[in-house]
Amino acid sequence: MKRETIAAISTGMTSSGIGIVRISGEDALTVADRIYRGKNRISDAQSHTIHYGHIVDDGETLDEVLVMVMKAPRTFTGEDTVEINCHGGTFVIKRVLESILKNGARAAEPGEFTKRAFLNGKMDLSQAEAVIDVINSESEYALQSSISQLKGSIKNKISDIRNKIIYHTAFIETALDDPEHISVDGYGITLKKVSEEIIKELEKLIQSSDNGRVIKEGIHTVIVGKPNAGKSSLLNVLAGHERAIVTDIEGTTRDILEEQVRLGELTLNVIDTAGIRQTEDVIEKIGVDKAQDYARKADLVIYVVDASKELDENDEKIWNLIRDKNTVILLNKSDLNTVVTEEMIRKKMGEKNKIPVISISAKEEQGIKELEETVKTMFLSGTISFNDQIFISNARQKNALKNAKESMKKVVKSIDDGMPEDFYSIDLMDAYEELGSITGETAGEDLINEIFSKFCMGK
Amino acid sequence: MKYSANSVWENKDEYDIAVIGAGHAGCEAALASARLGFKTVVFTVSVDSIALMPCNPNIGGSSKGHLVREVDALGGEMGKVIDRTFIQSKMLNQSKGPAVHSLRAQADKADYSRAMRQVLEAQENLDIRQMEVTDILAEDGKVTGVQTYSGAIYCCRAVVLCTGTYLRARCIYGDVSADTGPNGLQRANHLTDSLKSLGINMYRFKTGTPARIDRTSIDFSKMEEQKGDERVVPFSFTTNPEDVQIDQVSCWLTYTNETTHEIIRKNLDRSPLFSGAIEGTGPRYCPSIEDKVVKFPDKERHQVFIEPEGIHTNEMYIGGMSSSLPEDVQYAMYRSVPGLENAKIVRNAYAIEYDCIDARQLKSTLEFKNIEGLFSGGQFNGSSGYEEAAAQGLIAGINAARKLQGKEGIVIDRSQGYIGVLIDDLVTKESREPYRMMTSRAEYRLLLRQDNADMRLTKIGYEVGLISQERYDRLLEKERMIEEEIRRVEHTNIGTSEKVQDILTKYGSTPLNSGTTLAELIRRPELSYEKLEEIDSGRPKLPYDVVEQVDINIKYEGYIKRQMRQVEQFKKLENKKIPQDINYDEIPSLRIEAKQKLNQIRPVSIGQASRISGVSPADVSVLLVYLK
Repeated sequence: MKRETIAAISTGMTSSGIGIVRISGEDALTVADRIYRGKNRISDAQSHTIHYGHIVDDGETLDEVLVMVMKAPRTFTGEDTVEINCHGGTFVIKRVLESILKNGARAAEPGEFTKRAFLNGKMDLSQAEAVIDVINSESEYALQSSISQLKGSIKNKISDIRNKIIYHTAFIETALDDPEHISVDGYGITLKKVSEEIIKELEKLIQSSDNGRVIKEGIHTVIVGKPNAGKSSLLNVLAGHERAIVTDIEGTTRDILEEQVRLGELTLNVIDTAGIRQTEDVIEKIGVDKAQDYARKADLVIYVVDASKELDENDEKIWNLIRDKNTVILLNKSDLNTVVTEEMIRKKMGEKNKIPVISISAKEEQGIKELEETVKTMFLSGTISFNDQIFISNARQKNALKNAKESMKKVVKSIDDGMPEDFYSIDLMDAYEELGSITGETAGEDLINEIFSKFCMGK
Repeated sequence: MKYSANSVWENKDEYDIAVIGAGHAGCEAALASARLGFKTVVFTVSVDSIALMPCNPNIGGSSKGHLVREVDALGGEMGKVIDRTFIQSKMLNQSKGPAVHSLRAQADKADYSRAMRQVLEAQENLDIRQMEVTDILAEDGKVTGVQTYSGAIYCCRAVVLCTGTYLRARCIYGDVSADTGPNGLQRANHLTDSLKSLGINMYRFKTGTPARIDRTSIDFSKMEEQKGDERVVPFSFTTNPEDVQIDQVSCWLTYTNETTHEIIRKNLDRSPLFSGAIEGTGPRYCPSIEDKVVKFPDKERHQVFIEPEGIHTNEMYIGGMSSSLPEDVQYAMYRSVPGLENAKIVRNAYAIEYDCIDARQLKSTLEFKNIEGLFSGGQFNGSSGYEEAAAQGLIAGINAARKLQGKEGIVIDRSQGYIGVLIDDLVTKESREPYRMMTSRAEYRLLLRQDNADMRLTKIGYEVGLISQERYDRLLEKERMIEEEIRRVEHTNIGTSEKVQDILTKYGSTPLNSGTTLAELIRRPELSYEKLEEIDSGRPKLPYDVVEQVDINIKYEGYIKRQMRQVEQFKKLENKKIPQDINYDEIPSLRIEAKQKLNQIRPVSIGQASRISGVSPADVSVLLVYLK
């Protein structure tokens, strides 16, 4: 009775900043162990206890977390369950989930936790009925979103790949079913070429899925600058009109704040950071390190410069941090006497650098429109390609792409190992089904239909 | 004229089970039921056509060979009979993986038919009756007997319908049509109406067969000879391999050409298929030559296999050129093929249409959902092929008997055998054409190999009562030897001695850097259990079938384990049963299409539900949550 271990974000992806990632299944504790650093190992923990620690992915600390350990059978799903309470906002929660998926769990299907709860006898009929509608709407949503999001070239791309896969599988299968009419000998050479092309295409899609996330979940934006440069004021201006929810996790200004704001047609997930400067204060140091970390990961960096003060070595530091990022430099406090000019900044950055520099006054709400236009240019046509090629967005879909790629790699491996042709079909069909789960299509009778429509069988 | 009231009489208490039809399905059904101790009568329109092979003269082939093996493993007869009557045999796909190796034997059709008839005649509890059955009698949704054309009523407690292609059959070529079954045999005229009145939904399917040509009119020098395997492997696990090493006959390969295609294209308007005279749905997998020419216009030639119909006949089967074109066009088209320039046709090619059922009215046990005690198998269920028929006939016969034993019917699932895939597809999926078995339909085919059919199914056959204690003990002993040898091979260390490196080099394998196990070496594609004999000093002497299993299980272990994990997932949903009184209309979250399909098919498990087209993964989630 081994069921795969699954994981998903079990709180809504709002801007609340706090979220729970749930892992369920036989390997839940071991998977958690692989990414959790704390006093004790999760697998050594007593059931129904909470643990403080960090999530670390490849040596990089993602978030400070509370981990709830619940062992079977007294859990919602009836399986070993670990719930990770993250604090770092939607961006971080996603990264935590991704890291879990890398470490042995797979992305849960919509309603799968409930399904398992049911399969493990944790729910009676009345309870089950109460969640039917939820599950149904979730599935419907998954399907709808996967289809409606997938417009234009991305959907065509996946269909193209699927068509290629099914065509070659059908050829192999036709030959196996009718070996006296059709020979598949030596087909590995052809198929290897095709498979390698498909792997490349899948890699592109996986890369673009990171950009697709930008559209669906917003552009992960980090506001950096020295203390009192006006970062928080800028955030307040951006958020202000519609929903000024500033989530202040621990009640200290040294923490990272995340806020979802609209900037014209775009959504920015803005992370305000503690002012970046050299500090001896340990608590503040954490904030600063994190800020640097976020700046490295962000899609967009907004660098707020207090134009009323001279540039110093801290600006140098910030500059080094962001020089390769998509950055907008804001010369704030244009309402005051400015001592820093665009020319000075440009000179510092070097002639070749085309980073936009905009004068604003957060206080007077001036220059915001210009900022909006600039970001739009950067993302809609400019440096980051932001068109209908980048619509793979959710983790489940991204995971399906990765699985499809793995399956195609196995095809290549089988070919390289000199396995007989019938072995290729197994992984080809796996890849086909994974890709189908993105476009909302099941394999069904596709292979049989392809065989009959494309190849001539004997008798 | 059908019987008058005067000729109605009752044959009470003589039989338990009636099997209608003595083709490949009917023979297996009748034998199984009689062997399980029930007094059985098998009806046929012609005793001379028992186990007739009206189309291709061979048994087996890709995936069909698997079916024959499985029938044999369960205690069926087909494998044994073909082992006695084949005239050429080949293991197909030998250069491919073990999962797609498939046996195919050319049969001496007359011998096959005769041999099967003798088995039936010799079978205790089994009577053969030449008579057309016209009515199925049922009371309160339960079968009570059958009535024949003569008016006689045969009371019985279970009936197995194996009418093949005989129901209201019509044979057609050009504008000529004859209301007969295959080979001009008498068709069954009345049964369809009786079935319809029982509420059974009928389909009309179509298939076809090529011409038979006189061997003496063929110039074989223009063709490629196709010989059988040097070492023949028998179908039946009970056949001694030495007994099948016979002198074999050859088949011949030739090709159509542009002239052939031109003749066909010019005369398409005279084909009943294109003129609309044929109403039945034909199969996509064995298209007539006119279908191929139309559908694949770019193909310059199509293969034509010339296969003997037997040793004691001059007739040759023209494989690849089935047709329903008019007689004069048939002559022209066959004679355009190299080697057939002077061909003399013995029997025309023809298309045949017949009544069959929508098999979704059946349970997985092959019993009708709405009529207790009524079972069916074979082409009547919408399949095609002798092997598919035999497999269903066997299961239907077993389950008819088990019904009378008061036992639950056996169901082979998709992870246990091609038989399971076949029956599950038939009773679950909508099919608008005769269904043919294919290896690509089996999702766990790496586990469903022809070489391990006995290990998959003979235990079931033993429990059913069709496998002897002796045969079962032999199987257990085989399993024990395999297990032991695999363990030994996995624990046999191989060092880097010169002898080892020499052997590796000899087979083009990379020499070892450090010691390893014998199992690891077997996993290398270029090596095998047998090739490594020289460096395996502790190797016991084992029968070939044991060695074969050891080699396959070690060599493909990774793939096999992956498939076994998939099977575990599959079984979980399969074991999640759906109560038969479930009311799908009461489940608000199901989509309307899903409700309709579920109501129609009434799947027994969540697994089966998930395979119904029109039931989405979301619907399955809803069901899962709803049930409990």
